[in-house]
Amino acid sequence: MSRRQAAQNARAKHRTELLRQMIRIRRFEERCVELYSAARIRGFMHLYIGEEAVAAGILQAVGAGDAVVSTYREHGHALARGLPMDAVLAEMYGRTTGCSRGRGGSMHLFDASRRFYGGNAIVGGGLPVAVGLALADAMRGRPQVTVCLFGDGAVAEGEFHECLNLAALWRLPVLFCCENNLYAMGTRLDRAQAEVDLAVRAASYGMQARAVDGMDVLAVAEAADQAVEKIRTEPRPQFLELRTYRFRAHSMYDPDRYRDKSEIERWKEADPIPRLKHRMTEDGELTGRRAAAIEADVDREINAAIEAAEAGPLEPVEDLTRFVYSERP
Amino acid sequence: MPALGADMTEGTVLEWLVKAGDTVRKGDIVAVVDTDKAAIEVECFTSGTVSAVLVPVGSRVPVGTPLAVLAAGPGMTEVGPTQDERGPAPETVPHVEPGPPAEVRLATPPTRKFAAESGVDLTTVHGSGRDGRVTHADVARAIAARTSLPAGRVRISPYARKLATELGVAVSSLSPTQARRAIHARDVRAAAQRRAERAPVRHSQDAEAMRRAIGALMARAKREIPHYYLSTTIDLHTAVEWLREHNLHVPIPERLLPAALLLKATALAARRAPQLNGHWVDDSFRPADSVHLGTAVALRGGGLLTPVILDAADRSASELMAELRAAVTRARTGALRSTDLTAGTITVTNLGDNGVESVHGVIYPPQVALVGFGAITSRPWAVDGLLGVRPLVTATLSADHRASDGATGARFLSRIAALLQQPEEL
Amino acid sequence: MTTYREALRAGLRDALEHDERTFLMGEDVGRYGGCFAVSLGLLEEFGPDRVRDTPLSESAFVGAGIGAALGGMRPIVEIMTVNFSLLALDQILNNAATLLHMSGGQLNVPLVIRMTTGAGRQLAAQHSHSLEGWYAHIPGLRIVAPATMEDARGMLWTAVQDPDPVLLFEHGTLYNVSGELAPDAGAVDIDHAVIRRPGTDVTLIAYGGTLRTALDAAGELADSGVDAEVLDLRTLRPLDEPAILDSIARTHRLVVVDEGWRSGSLSAEIAARVAEKALYELDAPIERVCTAEVPIPYAQQLEHAALPQQADVVAAARRAVG
Repeated sequence: MSRRQAAQNARAKHRTELLRQMIRIRRFEERCVELYSAARIRGFMHLYIGEEAVAAGILQAVGAGDAVVSTYREHGHALARGLPMDAVLAEMYGRTTGCSRGRGGSMHLFDASRRFYGGNAIVGGGLPVAVGLALADAMRGRPQVTVCLFGDGAVAEGEFHECLNLAALWRLPVLFCCENNLYAMGTRLDRAQAEVDLAVRAASYGMQARAVDGMDVLAVAEAADQAVEKIRTEPRPQFLELRTYRFRAHSMYDPDRYRDKSEIERWKEADPIPRLKHRMTEDGELTGRRAAAIEADVDREINAAIEAAEAGPLEPVEDLTRFVYSERP
Repeated sequence: MPALGADMTEGTVLEWLVKAGDTVRKGDIVAVVDTDKAAIEVECFTSGTVSAVLVPVGSRVPVGTPLAVLAAGPGMTEVGPTQDERGPAPETVPHVEPGPPAEVRLATPPTRKFAAESGVDLTTVHGSGRDGRVTHADVARAIAARTSLPAGRVRISPYARKLATELGVAVSSLSPTQARRAIHARDVRAAAQRRAERAPVRHSQDAEAMRRAIGALMARAKREIPHYYLSTTIDLHTAVEWLREHNLHVPIPERLLPAALLLKATALAARRAPQLNGHWVDDSFRPADSVHLGTAVALRGGGLLTPVILDAADRSASELMAELRAAVTRARTGALRSTDLTAGTITVTNLGDNGVESVHGVIYPPQVALVGFGAITSRPWAVDGLLGVRPLVTATLSADHRASDGATGARFLSRIAALLQQPEEL
Repeated sequence: MTTYREALRAGLRDALEHDERTFLMGEDVGRYGGCFAVSLGLLEEFGPDRVRDTPLSESAFVGAGIGAALGGMRPIVEIMTVNFSLLALDQILNNAATLLHMSGGQLNVPLVIRMTTGAGRQLAAQHSHSLEGWYAHIPGLRIVAPATMEDARGMLWTAVQDPDPVLLFEHGTLYNVSGELAPDAGAVDIDHAVIRRPGTDVTLIAYGGTLRTALDAAGELADSGVDAEVLDLRTLRPLDEPAILDSIARTHRLVVVDEGWRSGSLSAEIAARVAEKALYELDAPIERVCTAEVPIPYAQQLEHAALPQQADVVAAARRAVG
């Protein structure tokens, strides 16, 4: 095999993996909608549909020792980080087998073993924690990166500005990833923020910042790879603005009073999954049969997760007050 | 009806976008539902044909109620996910108040509302109206009865009340140090002290004063305590034989009387019947940790005292005999100890010496039970189908119905009887 | 003789010396030496990595303390005064207190937050809060209030070793107080209340800045023949309920001294628990001596009138004893 062919194969493999990850997240959430409607899942549930390229592209760039801090719209982040789908769905079912033992639900997925520091339901609330995780790594001389995901809404919060400043001041290894889906719940970016170029604002804190097409998983992955590489060679925070869009409501269902249906349709034309499929087909990296096989695999994984969640035991009520304080021997 | 939000428990169908016979595809919007927060489009998760619309426009149904039935379309094998979750039938007719069941009182809606707002359970209210209808005035009376406090409520600190019980000081006999102030622990202690100072001369008190005290206490018992009474006849053949045998081998001062066995059996049975052994204080029963047996002693000059044998269940029959003698002596010489007045947790009265067959006594407050024994007399008695002559005693129990029920009392008396069949164990 | 400030500093030095995972961060803890000079000299001793000056970003550096704790460190965060802690309330309540539970037991937060609390220095409304009772409302936090030299010296080390977040409240009027501290004084427990003065007639419950007031009141009461017991809570959450109930069972009367506002306060919690669990031990209504329900005013006579004073405690105890 020629060197060129080997590189082509590696690229095809990489792209297939990105595609598989996005399809996994998409199909998982589509089933979550059904399960929510049937009242199997309750509480708030924020869907990521449309934004899959960000999770898939960013989280492939970091390794097992790196840390990830997420938001309440984090099913995609959790799955791309490698949390087992069983554990994620069981959590949404409120089962003991859930990744937070049924105490977190959709918005609070955690996995200490995968350094996934979870869903934070306070907009901007995860940023200080990410700064601290990076501080600990820096103080202990570990070469790790902390990925901090948040939305455009967080940019309006004071914590965003405090944290970008602190991370830049202390040269901490944080990759700030702003998933700009244009709406903070129902408030469009330009109705809430005087400067809508978010990368410009981040750059003002003395860190490298760039905006990326968040609907193009290849662009996201490349930008993330470069940023992580840079942080590892010269510890300093980096900022990526991922311009993306959510196809569904803020939380499960909303009347979409705040945006035009035609706007949603326009963005759907940029759907990252067909976009990557098209690119790979053109490059001879994907066949219809291969795509169907991915779908079938994902379907099996989801069905198994549903079965496991349905069968999962409930945490006994007697254990209600556990985990308020650490259990001591 | 799909769950369309965290706080949604029911929804109203605003519009159907499909009708029976229509073909639908997965992802189609089929209806619009009002969730109180907003009108939300309902999407369909499977493809197929609408075979029936179950919930008409305008109806409000709980989450989980099937809205429509989908038949699997050509090449489709699935049906709607909520179809097999049979929810309650939709409410499409105006709510009709059902007729009252037999036990429910009749009342007009305003009266009902008045009662509900005042927290009055109508079934507990006497209806003075036509056909036993509960009227507004009936409810008002129920409220008034509920809120009126017992007359002459004493202002006393909780600790002082507890202390008064412990020291056997009647709360009604107390007065505060200063007028218009509450009674505190110091007032209780002072009262107990005054009583202790008076105690040595108790025997010289005139019979009239004692008569009054007994009268007041017994009147209170009869007024406040809902007594119930049980009795049983106990065969003492084995016990009397055992006593005769026992007494042959011990010096005269150590000889036992049947009373010792009766006390011991009562104490042991009381220990296993916590609902009968303790005090009724502040509208609740407080079981005692130990059995302190009050023994009613009639005084020669008239009147009655009940000295107490502490921890009676833990003492041997011989010790009880000695204690009983000491108690009688204390009572008759007026040398009662403070525990004699207050520590008793259950009392025994034995009028056998006076020849009566049985005694249905009055409970000594704040205790909740009193055991009475009549005379031990030889009578015909059937044993194993044969008639014989046996020494029999009638044991009675007067017990406080607030603290126990008849079944408890019955078990207690049976246990006394059973214990007396094995005197060597006592 | 040593001062409360020096005792605290000795505790900090202890922690920094004995556990390399500890570091101190906060506003002006380094070059300035701490707003109240508690950390004076520590920067020179331990360097800027472990004695970190932060920007005025309470939420960021308290949250960074949480993150660093998750990352294996044992951070000690100083918030200059309790009023500024409100800017970090999101991190304290939504993250530090909840992460362990929300993650099903996976993520404990071994973080210590120190802050100054209390009034009495004519600092006016925004620098005179006593919000430790507020924080004591929150499950997942442990709240401690050192009132003595020994506790100032020894509570920090115990707090640093705790697997969960501990908030340590230092009353602003105590820093200059001096007293004896044994040269070998070391770590103390943060689980139990302590009787600072045994007595039989009435229990005075106090903590932190009000302990001195209660002890002085007890002294005055003794002169008139009232033997008051003074119980120092030390730990405001979880409350040492058995110690409180034991004392009530001896004295049958209670005065709670709390610099917090009365409504919905720690004193209210204590009164409620005594009413729930020791009503039949009470020989008099529970008395509370709290701060008047006003923002703390600047003028000395007004501030004095707003705060619990020795005379108020004596009067309350006399009412209770009757």
